[in-house]
Amino acid sequence: MPDQSRGNLNSEGQILAKDSPSPSNQKRKSLTSFILTFLASFVIWLILSGKFDLFHISLGIISCLIVAYTSADLLLPQQKLGHLIKVWLRFIRYLPWLLYQIFIANLHVMYLVLHPRMNQLIAPGIIRFKSKFSDEMSLFIFANSITLTPGTITVYVTVDGNYAVHAIDRKSGEPLPGEMEQRVANIMGE
Amino acid sequence: MDIVVTIILIGGLFFFAGGAIGIIRLPEFYCRLHAAGQLDTMGVLWTMAALALYVLDDFSLGAILTSLKIILIVFFLFITSPTATHAIVDAGVRAGLRPWRKRGAEE
Repeated sequence: MPDQSRGNLNSEGQILAKDSPSPSNQKRKSLTSFILTFLASFVIWLILSGKFDLFHISLGIISCLIVAYTSADLLLPQQKLGHLIKVWLRFIRYLPWLLYQIFIANLHVMYLVLHPRMNQLIAPGIIRFKSKFSDEMSLFIFANSITLTPGTITVYVTVDGNYAVHAIDRKSGEPLPGEMEQRVANIMGE
Repeated sequence: MDIVVTIILIGGLFFFAGGAIGIIRLPEFYCRLHAAGQLDTMGVLWTMAALALYVLDDFSLGAILTSLKIILIVFFLFITSPTATHAIVDAGVRAGLRPWRKRGAEE
Protein backbone atom coordinates (compact mmCIF):
# COMPACT_ATOMS: atom_id res chain seq x y z
CA MET A 1 0.00 0.00 0.00
CA PRO A 2 2.68 2.60 0.84
CA ASP A 3 4.53 1.76 -2.40
CA GLN A 4 1.41 2.27 -4.43
CA SER A 5 0.60 5.58 -2.85
CA ARG A 6 4.11 6.87 -3.46
CA GLY A 7 3.81 5.78 -7.09
CA ASN A 8 0.60 7.74 -7.37
CA LEU A 9 2.20 10.86 -5.97
CA ASN A 10 5.05 10.61 -8.47
CA SER A 11 2.84 10.22 -11.49
CA GLU A 12 0.72 13.11 -10.22
CA GLY A 13 3.89 15.15 -9.90
CA GLN A 14 4.72 14.63 -13.55
CA ILE A 15 1.36 16.00 -14.58
CA LEU A 16 1.87 18.98 -12.31
CA ALA A 17 5.40 19.60 -13.52
CA LYS A 18 4.34 22.44 -15.83
CA ASP A 19 3.09 24.64 -13.00
CA SER A 20 5.62 24.17 -10.24
CA PRO A 21 9.05 22.66 -10.59
CA SER A 22 9.92 21.66 -7.02
CA PRO A 23 8.97 18.02 -6.26
CA SER A 24 8.11 18.46 -2.57
CA ASN A 25 5.61 21.16 -3.48
CA GLN A 26 3.91 18.82 -5.94
CA LYS A 27 3.65 16.08 -3.36
CA ARG A 28 2.05 18.42 -0.88
CA LYS A 29 -0.40 19.67 -3.49
CA SER A 30 -1.61 16.22 -4.51
CA LEU A 31 -1.83 15.28 -0.83
CA THR A 32 -4.10 18.26 -0.10
CA SER A 33 -6.30 17.38 -3.06
CA PHE A 34 -6.44 13.81 -1.74
CA ILE A 35 -7.49 15.01 1.72
CA LEU A 36 -10.07 17.45 0.33
CA THR A 37 -11.60 14.78 -1.90
CA PHE A 38 -11.74 12.44 1.07
CA LEU A 39 -13.42 15.04 3.29
CA ALA A 40 -15.98 16.00 0.66
CA SER A 41 -16.99 12.43 -0.06
CA PHE A 42 -17.05 11.58 3.63
CA VAL A 43 -19.38 14.48 4.47
CA ILE A 44 -21.73 13.34 1.70
CA TRP A 45 -21.50 9.78 3.07
CA LEU A 46 -22.49 11.00 6.53
CA ILE A 47 -25.45 12.97 5.17
CA LEU A 48 -26.70 10.11 3.04
CA SER A 49 -26.19 7.31 5.55
CA GLY A 50 -27.42 9.12 8.65
CA LYS A 51 -26.11 6.39 10.96
CA PHE A 52 -23.31 7.24 13.35
CA ASP A 53 -22.32 3.87 14.80
CA LEU A 54 -18.82 2.43 14.45
CA PHE A 55 -19.70 -0.06 11.69
CA HIS A 56 -21.20 2.44 9.25
CA ILE A 57 -18.59 5.11 9.87
CA SER A 58 -15.70 2.71 9.33
CA LEU A 59 -17.33 1.42 6.14
CA GLY A 60 -17.61 5.03 4.99
CA ILE A 61 -13.99 5.81 5.83
CA ILE A 62 -12.76 2.78 3.88
CA SER A 63 -14.81 3.47 0.76
CA CYS A 64 -14.02 7.21 0.84
CA LEU A 65 -10.32 6.38 1.06
CA ILE A 66 -10.63 4.18 -2.03
CA VAL A 67 -12.57 6.83 -3.93
CA ALA A 68 -10.16 9.60 -2.93
CA TYR A 69 -7.18 7.43 -3.88
CA THR A 70 -8.50 6.69 -7.36
CA SER A 71 -10.00 10.07 -8.23
CA ALA A 72 -8.17 12.73 -6.21
CA ASP A 73 -7.11 14.61 -9.33
CA LEU A 74 -10.62 14.69 -10.82
CA LEU A 75 -12.38 16.91 -8.31
CA LEU A 76 -9.59 19.44 -7.96
CA PRO A 77 -7.68 20.14 -11.14
CA GLN A 78 -4.13 21.46 -10.77
CA GLN A 79 -4.57 24.89 -9.30
CA LYS A 80 -3.39 26.81 -6.33
CA LEU A 81 -5.52 25.97 -3.32
CA GLY A 82 -6.01 29.56 -2.18
CA HIS A 83 -7.18 30.54 -5.64
CA LEU A 84 -9.68 27.66 -5.61
CA ILE A 85 -11.16 28.71 -2.27
CA LYS A 86 -11.52 32.29 -3.51
CA VAL A 87 -13.30 31.06 -6.63
CA TRP A 88 -15.72 29.02 -4.52
CA LEU A 89 -16.48 31.94 -2.21
CA ARG A 90 -17.14 34.23 -5.16
CA PHE A 91 -19.31 31.52 -6.74
CA ILE A 92 -21.44 31.35 -3.59
CA ARG A 93 -21.79 35.13 -3.68
CA TYR A 94 -22.92 34.82 -7.32
CA LEU A 95 -25.71 32.35 -6.51
CA PRO A 96 -28.29 34.72 -4.96
CA TRP A 97 -28.07 37.03 -7.96
CA LEU A 98 -28.49 34.04 -10.30
CA LEU A 99 -31.52 32.79 -8.35
CA TYR A 100 -33.07 36.26 -8.49
CA GLN A 101 -32.52 36.40 -12.27
CA ILE A 102 -34.00 32.92 -12.69
CA PHE A 103 -37.03 33.98 -10.68
CA ILE A 104 -37.67 37.15 -12.70
CA ALA A 105 -37.18 35.33 -16.00
CA ASN A 106 -39.49 32.54 -14.83
CA LEU A 107 -42.24 35.05 -14.17
CA HIS A 108 -41.66 36.52 -17.63
CA VAL A 109 -42.00 33.12 -19.33
CA MET A 110 -45.09 32.37 -17.22
CA TYR A 111 -46.58 35.64 -18.44
CA LEU A 112 -45.83 34.70 -22.04
CA VAL A 113 -47.26 31.21 -21.67
CA LEU A 114 -50.48 32.30 -20.00
CA HIS A 115 -51.05 35.30 -22.25
CA PRO A 116 -54.04 34.86 -24.59
CA ARG A 117 -52.18 36.34 -27.59
CA MET A 118 -49.01 34.39 -26.97
CA ASN A 119 -48.20 33.86 -30.62
CA GLN A 120 -47.82 37.57 -31.22
CA LEU A 121 -45.59 38.08 -28.22
CA ILE A 122 -42.99 35.42 -28.78
CA ALA A 123 -40.29 35.85 -31.40
CA PRO A 124 -37.99 32.85 -31.21
CA GLY A 125 -34.59 33.05 -32.82
CA ILE A 126 -30.98 32.10 -32.41
CA ILE A 127 -28.48 34.64 -31.15
CA ARG A 128 -24.77 34.20 -31.79
CA PHE A 129 -22.08 36.01 -29.88
CA LYS A 130 -18.48 35.56 -28.84
CA SER A 131 -17.49 35.69 -25.19
CA LYS A 132 -14.11 36.62 -23.86
CA PHE A 133 -13.62 33.51 -21.72
CA SER A 134 -10.78 31.16 -22.43
CA ASP A 135 -10.91 28.55 -19.65
CA GLU A 136 -13.44 25.75 -19.66
CA MET A 137 -14.86 26.30 -16.18
CA SER A 138 -16.14 29.80 -16.85
CA LEU A 139 -17.46 28.74 -20.25
CA PHE A 140 -19.36 25.96 -18.49
CA ILE A 141 -20.72 28.15 -15.70
CA PHE A 142 -21.81 30.80 -18.19
CA ALA A 143 -23.50 28.27 -20.49
CA ASN A 144 -25.36 26.61 -17.64
CA SER A 145 -26.42 29.98 -16.22
CA ILE A 146 -27.86 30.93 -19.62
CA THR A 147 -29.78 27.68 -19.85
CA LEU A 148 -31.08 27.95 -16.28
CA THR A 149 -32.47 31.40 -16.98
CA PRO A 150 -35.78 30.75 -18.72
CA GLY A 151 -36.26 32.16 -22.19
CA THR A 152 -32.75 31.29 -23.24
CA ILE A 153 -31.11 27.95 -23.96
CA THR A 154 -27.51 27.45 -24.95
CA VAL A 155 -27.49 25.53 -28.23
CA TYR A 156 -23.75 25.09 -28.43
CA VAL A 157 -20.48 26.41 -27.05
CA THR A 158 -17.12 26.02 -28.67
CA VAL A 159 -13.82 25.90 -26.84
CA ASP A 160 -12.83 29.36 -28.06
CA GLY A 161 -15.99 30.94 -26.66
CA ASN A 162 -18.50 31.06 -29.52
CA TYR A 163 -22.02 30.77 -28.17
CA ALA A 164 -25.29 30.07 -29.94
CA VAL A 165 -28.30 30.80 -27.77
CA HIS A 166 -31.93 30.11 -28.57
CA ALA A 167 -34.12 32.85 -27.16
CA ILE A 168 -37.89 32.69 -26.91
CA ASP A 169 -38.49 36.41 -27.42
CA ARG A 170 -36.51 39.56 -27.90
CA LYS A 171 -36.68 40.65 -24.27
CA SER A 172 -35.09 37.42 -23.03
CA GLY A 173 -32.31 37.45 -25.58
CA GLU A 174 -31.33 41.10 -25.50
CA PRO A 175 -29.38 41.25 -22.21
CA LEU A 176 -26.86 38.66 -23.41
CA PRO A 177 -23.93 38.49 -22.91
CA GLY A 178 -23.95 41.67 -20.83
CA GLU A 179 -24.07 41.63 -17.08
CA MET A 180 -24.11 37.87 -16.60
CA GLU A 181 -20.83 37.48 -18.49
CA GLN A 182 -19.31 40.24 -16.38
CA ARG A 183 -20.35 38.50 -13.17
CA VAL A 184 -19.04 35.12 -14.27
CA ALA A 185 -15.76 36.83 -15.19
CA ASN A 186 -15.65 38.26 -11.67
CA ILE A 187 -16.01 34.78 -10.19
CA MET A 188 -13.03 33.40 -12.03
CA GLY A 189 -11.02 36.54 -11.34
CA GLU A 190 -10.40 37.34 -14.99
CA MET B 1 -45.71 27.04 9.88
CA ASP B 2 -48.18 24.89 7.98
CA ILE B 3 -49.58 27.97 6.30
CA VAL B 4 -46.13 29.08 5.08
CA VAL B 5 -45.39 25.59 3.77
CA THR B 6 -48.73 25.47 1.95
CA ILE B 7 -48.15 28.86 0.34
CA ILE B 8 -44.70 27.85 -0.92
CA LEU B 9 -46.07 24.53 -2.20
CA ILE B 10 -48.80 26.32 -4.11
CA GLY B 11 -46.17 28.63 -5.58
CA GLY B 12 -44.24 25.60 -6.80
CA LEU B 13 -47.38 24.02 -8.25
CA PHE B 14 -48.07 27.31 -10.04
CA PHE B 15 -44.74 27.00 -11.84
CA PHE B 16 -45.34 23.32 -12.62
CA ALA B 17 -48.76 24.17 -14.07
CA GLY B 18 -47.19 26.96 -16.13
CA GLY B 19 -44.64 24.50 -17.47
CA ALA B 20 -47.34 22.00 -18.47
CA ILE B 21 -49.47 24.67 -20.13
CA GLY B 22 -46.40 25.98 -21.92
CA ILE B 23 -45.58 22.56 -23.34
CA ILE B 24 -49.06 22.39 -24.84
CA ARG B 25 -49.43 25.98 -26.01
CA LEU B 26 -46.05 26.95 -27.41
CA PRO B 27 -45.71 26.47 -31.17
CA GLU B 28 -42.68 24.25 -31.70
CA PHE B 29 -39.98 22.00 -30.31
CA TYR B 30 -37.41 24.56 -29.15
CA CYS B 31 -39.95 26.88 -27.57
CA ARG B 32 -41.56 23.98 -25.75
CA LEU B 33 -38.21 23.11 -24.23
CA HIS B 34 -38.10 26.53 -22.60
CA ALA B 35 -41.24 25.69 -20.69
CA ALA B 36 -40.34 22.05 -20.07
CA GLY B 37 -36.78 22.54 -18.91
CA GLN B 38 -36.94 25.63 -16.82
CA LEU B 39 -40.33 26.21 -15.30
CA ASP B 40 -40.03 22.68 -13.94
CA THR B 41 -36.68 23.45 -12.32
CA MET B 42 -38.23 26.44 -10.59
CA GLY B 43 -41.20 24.35 -9.48
CA VAL B 44 -38.91 21.72 -8.00
CA LEU B 45 -36.95 24.41 -6.15
CA TRP B 46 -40.10 25.75 -4.51
CA THR B 47 -41.68 22.42 -3.64
CA MET B 48 -38.40 21.10 -2.23
CA ALA B 49 -37.95 24.26 -0.15
CA ALA B 50 -41.46 23.71 1.22
CA LEU B 51 -40.67 20.08 2.04
CA ALA B 52 -37.43 21.02 3.79
CA LEU B 53 -39.29 23.60 5.89
CA TYR B 54 -41.97 21.07 6.70
CA VAL B 55 -39.41 18.50 7.84
CA LEU B 56 -37.52 21.05 9.92
CA ASP B 57 -40.70 21.87 11.82
CA ASP B 58 -39.85 19.39 14.58
CA PHE B 59 -36.19 20.15 15.06
CA SER B 60 -33.94 17.10 15.48
CA LEU B 61 -30.86 15.43 13.99
CA GLY B 62 -32.95 13.25 11.70
CA ALA B 63 -34.83 16.29 10.41
CA ILE B 64 -31.58 18.11 9.66
CA LEU B 65 -30.24 15.08 7.78
CA THR B 66 -33.42 14.80 5.74
CA SER B 67 -33.42 18.48 4.83
CA LEU B 68 -29.73 18.24 3.85
CA LYS B 69 -30.66 15.39 1.50
CA ILE B 70 -33.41 17.56 0.01
CA ILE B 71 -30.88 20.35 -0.53
CA LEU B 72 -28.60 17.84 -2.28
CA ILE B 73 -31.48 16.90 -4.61
CA VAL B 74 -31.97 20.54 -5.56
CA PHE B 75 -28.22 21.03 -6.03
CA PHE B 76 -27.86 18.11 -8.41
CA LEU B 77 -31.02 19.05 -10.26
CA PHE B 78 -29.64 22.53 -10.90
CA ILE B 79 -26.57 20.98 -12.51
CA THR B 80 -28.30 18.24 -14.49
CA SER B 81 -31.41 20.06 -15.69
CA PRO B 82 -29.64 22.63 -17.90
CA THR B 83 -27.30 19.94 -19.15
CA ALA B 84 -30.20 17.70 -20.16
CA THR B 85 -32.03 20.61 -21.81
CA HIS B 86 -28.88 21.47 -23.70
CA ALA B 87 -28.45 17.86 -24.81
CA ILE B 88 -32.01 17.76 -26.20
CA VAL B 89 -31.55 21.07 -28.03
CA ASP B 90 -28.25 19.86 -29.43
CA ALA B 91 -29.90 16.64 -30.62
CA GLY B 92 -32.56 18.71 -32.38
CA VAL B 93 -29.96 20.88 -34.10
CA ARG B 94 -27.92 17.88 -35.18
CA ALA B 95 -31.02 16.17 -36.58
CA GLY B 96 -31.50 19.24 -38.77
CA LEU B 97 -34.66 20.68 -37.22
CA ARG B 98 -34.71 24.38 -38.01
CA PRO B 99 -36.04 26.76 -35.36
CA TRP B 100 -39.43 28.15 -36.19
CA ARG B 101 -39.42 31.85 -36.89
CA LYS B 102 -42.27 34.30 -37.15
CA ARG B 103 -43.08 35.37 -40.67
CA GLY B 104 -41.23 38.57 -41.51
CA ALA B 105 -38.93 38.46 -38.50
CA GLU B 106 -35.39 39.56 -39.20
CA GLU B 107 -32.39 37.46 -38.19
